[in-house]
Amino acid sequence: MSATAVGPRQNRAVTFWQSTNGKKVVMAVTGAMMFLFVIGHLLGNLQVFEGPAKINGYSHFLHTIGEVLWIVRITLIVAIILHITATVQLALRSKKARPIGYSRKEAINSSYASRTMYWSGPIVLAFIIFHLLQFTAGYIHPEAAFVEGDVYHNLVSGFSVWWVSAWYIFAITLLGFHLRHGLWSMFQSVGLAHPRHTLVLKNLALLIATLIVLGYISIPISVLLGIVK
Amino acid sequence: MKLKLKIWRQNTRKEPGTFISYTMDNVDPEMSMLECLDVLNETLTEKGQEPVAFEHDCREGICGSCGFMINGVAHGPERATTVCQLTMRHFKDGQELVIEPWRAAAFPSIKDLIVDRRAFDHIIESGGYISVSTGQAPDGNTHLVGKEIADRAMDAAACIGCGACVAACPNASAALFTGAKITHLGILPQGKPERDRRALSMVAQMNAEPFGSCTNIGECTAACPKEIPLEVIATMNRDYLYASCSKREDAAATIAPVAEYSANRR
Repeated sequence: MSATAVGPRQNRAVTFWQSTNGKKVVMAVTGAMMFLFVIGHLLGNLQVFEGPAKINGYSHFLHTIGEVLWIVRITLIVAIILHITATVQLALRSKKARPIGYSRKEAINSSYASRTMYWSGPIVLAFIIFHLLQFTAGYIHPEAAFVEGDVYHNLVSGFSVWWVSAWYIFAITLLGFHLRHGLWSMFQSVGLAHPRHTLVLKNLALLIATLIVLGYISIPISVLLGIVK
Repeated sequence: MKLKLKIWRQNTRKEPGTFISYTMDNVDPEMSMLECLDVLNETLTEKGQEPVAFEHDCREGICGSCGFMINGVAHGPERATTVCQLTMRHFKDGQELVIEPWRAAAFPSIKDLIVDRRAFDHIIESGGYISVSTGQAPDGNTHLVGKEIADRAMDAAACIGCGACVAACPNASAALFTGAKITHLGILPQGKPERDRRALSMVAQMNAEPFGSCTNIGECTAACPKEIPLEVIATMNRDYLYASCSKREDAAATIAPVAEYSANRR
């Protein structure tokens, strides 16, 4: 790494992005946006328990507000790209920061979730791609026909396949791990910390992550148990 | 008590290092870790071998000179303790201790357990001070500092710059060190006038050095012999964010990182 003699007319946004701290702020903000989607998506999905008419109607409603839907989609895609770009750049930098590793290294304070962010993130991304191909595009829909617009049918027939449900539950659990660290870490990254509040925030992050996981996996479990059919 | 010390030996920066095991039969449990190495070094010198090089100065846990990894934990298993204050009674009879130096690109090896920590000096040089005109001492109580602020500043100022935070961090990030310095000056009235500039230039220097990036996992604060809280990293992030938005001056200039010029020196 060479000395970065920063030019006097450097754009401040560029300088901000080039700093590790700036990238973490971007990760925090984009992470918060994705978290809001995770909440919204969960609330939408849970309508499956109210019967086919309700969730198919909700799906139809989303498609009638076409432009708004696309604004949300594009915002999310940009957020994902920024989140991943920042992560990859910071991870490469951190890898270079310790060229010779320890022969022995103990973790004495960090949570399992925080140490496995580099694993939970990419696996959740792979899941999202699979999930979109299955339930949005309908390209992968094993053992049953994908019916455009009939969300309830697609959902039940999709989750009836045991490995689709297993993969879903596994990936959502990892999303929970990712959120368990990310939800409080984002506050730290933008500079909000307080000895008392941070403890509450950490416990809240664990609670919210657990609720999200339980909420999402209740759907495939209900399908497998025949509660939703 | 008996101990087996597996110590990283590296003659010069260029030569590859290796672990060498030493058996010690007569370790006094009341010795400090450094005194244990002193005894080992005496026997090595008597045998005509090269003693183990390690850094130390005050041996009171306040200078920040000493420090190495013991069994994968910076400064050893005791919390809030530097290796000079770590007594051997905390280990079991017959235990093997794996002793190796801080490992980070920003801390190039010098010899055995000694690493070059000038990257920290650069960060301090770039803003870890307040600009005051010298002259007569100001009257007492001209700057009122609330107890809470004074305590927070003092907690951050307790940083001795030993480098354990970087060593313990899986990313070898210097966020805790830089955050401690930015916090301890920035929240006091004497440091407030330069708060923005300080955050910008110290962060710029931290990023110019080959440190990794903070992932908020908290290994640093547990390894810190002065128990600097993770909150200082948030304070650094907030100061940097605020200063980046409000700055009017040119961007901060940085000093060439240590790894580069120390390599050129040879």
